[in-house]
Amino acid sequence: MKDDLYRSMKEAIIAGDRVRAAALAQDAIGSGVDLLEVIEKGYVPGIQRVGELWEEGEYFLPELISSAEAMKAAMSVLDPELARRETKARTAGKAVIGTVEGDIHDIGKNLVASMLQAGGFEVHDLGADVALDRFIDRAEAVGADLICLSALLTTTMINQKRLIGLLRDKGLRDKYKVLVGGAPASAKWAEDIGADGYAENAVAAVKLAKALAGRG
Amino acid sequence: MIEAKRPKLELLDRPFVDRIVDEGMTLLERQGVMIENPEALDLLGEAGADVDRGAQRARMGRPLVERCLASTPASVTLYDRSGEKAFVVGGDQVHFDPGSAAVTMLDHETQEERQAVTRDLVDFTKLVETLEHLHFQSTGLISSDVPPGASDAYRLYVGLRLSTKPFVTGTFRVEGFKPMRDLLAAVRGGEGELRRKPLAIFDACPSPPLKWSHLTAQSLIDAARAGIPSELISMGMTGATSPVTIAGTLVQHVAENLCGLVICQIASPGAPVIFGGSPSSFDMRKGTTPMGAVETMMIDAAYAQIAKALNLPTHAYMGLSDAKVNDPQAGLETALGAVLGALAGVNVISGPGMLDFESAQSLEKLVIDDGICAMVYRLLAGIAQRDQPIALGLFEGFTPDMQFLSHPHTRKFYKTEHIPAGLADRDPYDAWVAAGRTSIVDKAHADVARRIGAYVEPPMDASLRMEIESIMTAYARSQGADHLPPLGI
Ligand code: B12
Repeated sequence: MKDDLYRSMKEAIIAGDRVRAAALAQDAIGSGVDLLEVIEKGYVPGIQRVGELWEEGEYFLPELISSAEAMKAAMSVLDPELARRETKARTAGKAVIGTVEGDIHDIGKNLVASMLQAGGFEVHDLGADVALDRFIDRAEAVGADLICLSALLTTTMINQKRLIGLLRDKGLRDKYKVLVGGAPASAKWAEDIGADGYAENAVAAVKLAKALAGRG
Repeated sequence: MIEAKRPKLELLDRPFVDRIVDEGMTLLERQGVMIENPEALDLLGEAGADVDRGAQRARMGRPLVERCLASTPASVTLYDRSGEKAFVVGGDQVHFDPGSAAVTMLDHETQEERQAVTRDLVDFTKLVETLEHLHFQSTGLISSDVPPGASDAYRLYVGLRLSTKPFVTGTFRVEGFKPMRDLLAAVRGGEGELRRKPLAIFDACPSPPLKWSHLTAQSLIDAARAGIPSELISMGMTGATSPVTIAGTLVQHVAENLCGLVICQIASPGAPVIFGGSPSSFDMRKGTTPMGAVETMMIDAAYAQIAKALNLPTHAYMGLSDAKVNDPQAGLETALGAVLGALAGVNVISGPGMLDFESAQSLEKLVIDDGICAMVYRLLAGIAQRDQPIALGLFEGFTPDMQFLSHPHTRKFYKTEHIPAGLADRDPYDAWVAAGRTSIVDKAHADVARRIGAYVEPPMDASLRMEIESIMTAYARSQGADHLPPLGI
């Protein structure tokens, strides 16, 4: 019975079926099963399989993002109930993400945010053209592990460096891992400005985030 | 004598063009466009658009759009720095310029992309000055040795110092407009003269889907008022920021660009506007925006056709590549785009020199691409009759040992009918081996050095030089730089 439910959940994620993924989450709440087990045994294997299908070249971005959104739909049903039961889903870590001040490019940032979320991170997406203080304020407020900064312009990438300076000034540099990305950024740039990591695409960003957040 | 036919590519039938335009206008009417610029919203409101200030959204009825289309000039004429040489951007005229605003440059020695500095910008500008098939300069490289906040005007400043060609450029910040306009006006000899004889085009991109940002809407308004032509660069990415179908992306492209056109016209009726773009066929595996994809080029050729039906000048990002070095991919994508764009009659084709999804410029590629453009111009010139009768006269008194090579007819026409090989290799195999098996990239590298060495700085009055230097210095100072890097010309 439970196995059937878990299999359906896994399938809904693989199919990228938001409606079904959310409905199954509702069923689970109604039937009183352990929600943490639902996540671990139902949904997570689904998103893991999606990751494999991507690596195998079977899945493309539309499938990948649809599955990420199905995962999000399920979690947004489960999260309030988990909170009510005073339990918490195990996350891979908490990430604050946004495109830096002066820069409105957000497509790449959105992909990274979706993939982080699907990868089990609690993601706080501040959007684009985000004032540097807001990254820090939010990171402090939610107790983030990671601050992820996207910049697509040579004129705005400097804000990635500035943010690291701001963290230093506030004595907060060691509290967060800072990830940078976007077209003008590079591994060398990350090193030069003292960031903790750089990734060239969303899949690599998740791997990097997992390694840095260190929560497995 | 039969005139040469201008070869032409049209991808859409007329009813399809009409339907796309119709859906684009319907989008403007129903969904409208989000415009994050209060001044633009005010202007639109006054012009009769339905403006929702809270949502920053304006819906535009057809009468308004049609009125604005009617007040937009069908062509724009740019003038070189001397004000003498004119370039008509309209009809089926084709002008190439380097792909602009590269973040890095491909270093020939290391074959790695690296940040550009003033020296590179200087070499780039000098080189483009010598490349005859690139009619316009573009502010094609971002120099990392000036404060980022001043880098938009800086590339124009360096360009104006060193080149006589018209420019394709654009702002990175709202504050960048004024110094850039001041530089242009100074060189042209006043704002009125600049309006009469435009020296530069400003690119402005809507943010797909259906949005104009504060910066780019402001650029449209400011440019329109200064009489500077705006190039509308809608850039849907199929399936990511616009419909996945080519026709669907065209509908969005029309809506976004027409909204930009309306903003220009209500800011200043009759303002010069170019219907351009940089859409792409989004790569669903890599998450990238390939400019070398054939579907990207199909979108470009098709919107150019649509713009022509609307009687507007056109632009596209074509003749560039996503390759990272000057390899066969670079050549094939560049040539395919340049040919298709020219056949489609795109007036301004921005692309030469560019690699890596609009990210990198290569001096060697600029030279190679200039050769591609030469071939394209030859293609566009078409096949002319030249002789009456075509060949019968030649064959009069024909004998089997007739010599074409030394025939006066050959000597008369070989240089008009055929263009030189340029850098393309046409050696017999053994000669190629004997010459050291050099590739086109090696030859291009040598040609870059030769051209930059032979470059002669076009004379500029000392007083003008000081004037533009002081405009630039003041702007750089406002961005935290005490002095400008030496140009080292
Ligand atoms: C699409 C696009 C736009 C769209 C953006 C729409 C949107 N909602 O985002 C629009 C039209 C709005 C736009 C506007 C402008 N653009 Co633009 N744009 C692009 C373009 C073509 C593609 C960017 C993109 O979305 N790529 C696809 C995504 C999926 O890739 P990505 O962003 O690189 O993200 C991936 C990785 O980088 C990484 N990643 C990204 N962020 C992060 C963060 C972290 C932490 C990590 C780990 C990884 C990571 O993972 C992502 C997913 O795989 C680039 C060209 C290029 N080569 O990048 C120019 C480009 C970035 N734009 C450019 C310019 C100049 C502008 C404008 C200033 C033009 C103008 N004057 O109007 C304005 C900017 C306004 C502003 N203040 O921001 C220049 C920048 C030049 C420079 N030297 O800085 C470029 C390089 C093009 C060019 N050569 O002219 N642009």
